Amino acid sequence: MNLMEYQGKELFRRSGIPIPRSQHCTTPEAVGDFLAANPGEWVLKAQVLMGGRGKAGKIKFATGREQGIALAREIMATPMPPNRQNPKGEAINSLLVEEKLSIAKEAYCAITVDRATKRPVAMVSKYGGMEIEEVAHEHPESIAKFFIDTAIGYSPFIGRELAFASDLDPGYRKQLPAILASLYHLFFEYGAKLVEINPLALTTDGRVIASDAKVELDDDALFKHKKFAEWHAVLPLDEDEQLATEAGLGIRNFRRFGGTVGTMANGAGLAMATMDAVKFAGGEIANFLDVGGGANAERVRNCYELVVNHTPAKVFFINIFGGITRGDEVAKGIVEALRTTTSRKVPLVIRLTGTNEEQGRKILADAGMTPVETMDEGAAQAVRIAAGA
Amino acid sequence: MSIYLDKNSKVIVQGITGGEGSYHTGRMLAYGTQIVGGVTPGKGGQKSEHGLPVFNTVREAVEATGATHTCIFVPPPFAGDALFEAYEAGISFAVCITEGVPVHDVMSVVGATPGMQIIGPNCPGLISPGRASIGIMPGHIFKQGNVGLISRSGTLTYEVVDGLTRAGLGQSTCVGIGGDPIIGTTFVDCLRAFANDEETKAIVVCGEIGGSDEEDAAAFIAEHLRGTPIVAFIGGRNAPPGKSLGHAGAIISGNFGTPESKIAAFKQAGVPIAERPSDIPALLKKSIESLNS
Repeated sequence: MNLMEYQGKELFRRSGIPIPRSQHCTTPEAVGDFLAANPGEWVLKAQVLMGGRGKAGKIKFATGREQGIALAREIMATPMPPNRQNPKGEAINSLLVEEKLSIAKEAYCAITVDRATKRPVAMVSKYGGMEIEEVAHEHPESIAKFFIDTAIGYSPFIGRELAFASDLDPGYRKQLPAILASLYHLFFEYGAKLVEINPLALTTDGRVIASDAKVELDDDALFKHKKFAEWHAVLPLDEDEQLATEAGLGIRNFRRFGGTVGTMANGAGLAMATMDAVKFAGGEIANFLDVGGGANAERVRNCYELVVNHTPAKVFFINIFGGITRGDEVAKGIVEALRTTTSRKVPLVIRLTGTNEEQGRKILADAGMTPVETMDEGAAQAVRIAAGA
Repeated sequence: MSIYLDKNSKVIVQGITGGEGSYHTGRMLAYGTQIVGGVTPGKGGQKSEHGLPVFNTVREAVEATGATHTCIFVPPPFAGDALFEAYEAGISFAVCITEGVPVHDVMSVVGATPGMQIIGPNCPGLISPGRASIGIMPGHIFKQGNVGLISRSGTLTYEVVDGLTRAGLGQSTCVGIGGDPIIGTTFVDCLRAFANDEETKAIVVCGEIGGSDEEDAAAFIAEHLRGTPIVAFIGGRNAPPGKSLGHAGAIISGNFGTPESKIAAFKQAGVPIAERPSDIPALLKKSIESLNS
């Protein structure tokens, strides 16, 4: 789960990473009260998971109560503008009111999980304030990396090495090793997959401060800290994740693509291969759906309804390879699901193979359904139906 | 010979009295796997429903049975601990079926257990057809033969194996390495083992989007396995960037993990890419013929 800036900074604060003075506010009035009590110019930052806040006009400077309330209202009045992944944008439910820093330089530092070395990797670049993907594209040589041995852990030389290797402004040198130490502590203590400070600001008065905070926690490790359940509750799920959750699926098990061939398979690998097969047969995919193990009637019905109610699917292609999952049970599930659903009906194409496939096919045949033999055949038939042929 | 596992491998099951552990122990025994006992803390001295001895600790189990392999079915928060326990007791080969193990736990374990081969976590295990199986793969679709198979997925592996078996291409060993971002055994580890295995005469690599395991595998093949018939498949080629589909590891970020980069790497290594799983048997046969002629 990705954290919002204020949540990430709360973890930074606990871990001893320097952050600007700030106040998290959920209403314009709270912003006004804070500014009334704290003279000077402050930054109002929309708290959202989407990027591009600055460009969207969701970061503003304010002084005093009246301006604070007015600008907070303005920021919160409209959601973040939509993009491809968030077609409805993202509502703004809170603001972070933050000390305005006088910034001399901006750098980048992060720790994440490196798959290839199976180690945490610490990264530093002197190009802060822009997307790291962009930096990797334009100045790949500028990103200094250190792969940390988990048995040894972090040691200050790592920070020194990275500061020199990335040619950071000398103003950063003294403080970077300690900041990275805290970042590594946070990374391990909270089971993060990514902790990123971008930009890591060097102020005109020589302070090094985390101006932004990006933290991605491991969904599988949330049980380690009680606080995370509360935070999780306030985080927005995107629409697909929300729908998946409502259907009793994992948040990664469902994703929509706008096409007309609905799909469902058991297992993520097979579900991806099923989409590929539809595409190969010339169709447009409505969705990815991994039904998981134990495809009983309720689960199959939920998946069927999820797809027909929330995608433009004209056909539903069910692709089950019964390894442990028994074919006869899945067949019963499909028949029962179709008998009990109240959603619109679309033609089904069913491929069912593996354990007890004969019994499964008989159950389907008795219910008037004709299963296909292979995934390719099923994909081709589904595409024909979707095309209206 | 097969890789990693044969009929003489002595296997224990950590979590043998749990629902999943118990069920799959029965299936593994039925397949012929030499399961010699299990571990459930607090139930030491009892017998499992299969009549196998249950021990309180892995150390006791290893001392009493001489087991070298373990199959782990414990819940996610305890999987890292179970792997450490296996390592300290002298286990040399561990299969972790558990899904949802915190990535830091996996990272800590793989960084501190040199010499122990870990398969998974979040994997279906491995099988040396006709001899033994550790994990949850459905034995009846496999057939003993000379094709080595490695895959990041479960059901997709079955799909591919089913095709190979129907085409008369039996398998030496099939390894499901798991779909998580950090895993104990990678494609390259398996390829190295297959390269040293006389029984394995051809290889299928079943990859998917995300990470750079496939690119690493292609580089290894280019250097060490030029003369071996190999076919690759990349699942999820139509997935959009930035979102993971099912497998936590199957995510495209930036230029990393794209299907294009994986396909290019395999092509450069001279490995044909199957467009569909069903194309794999024919491509492999063609590759075997051309390399043998």
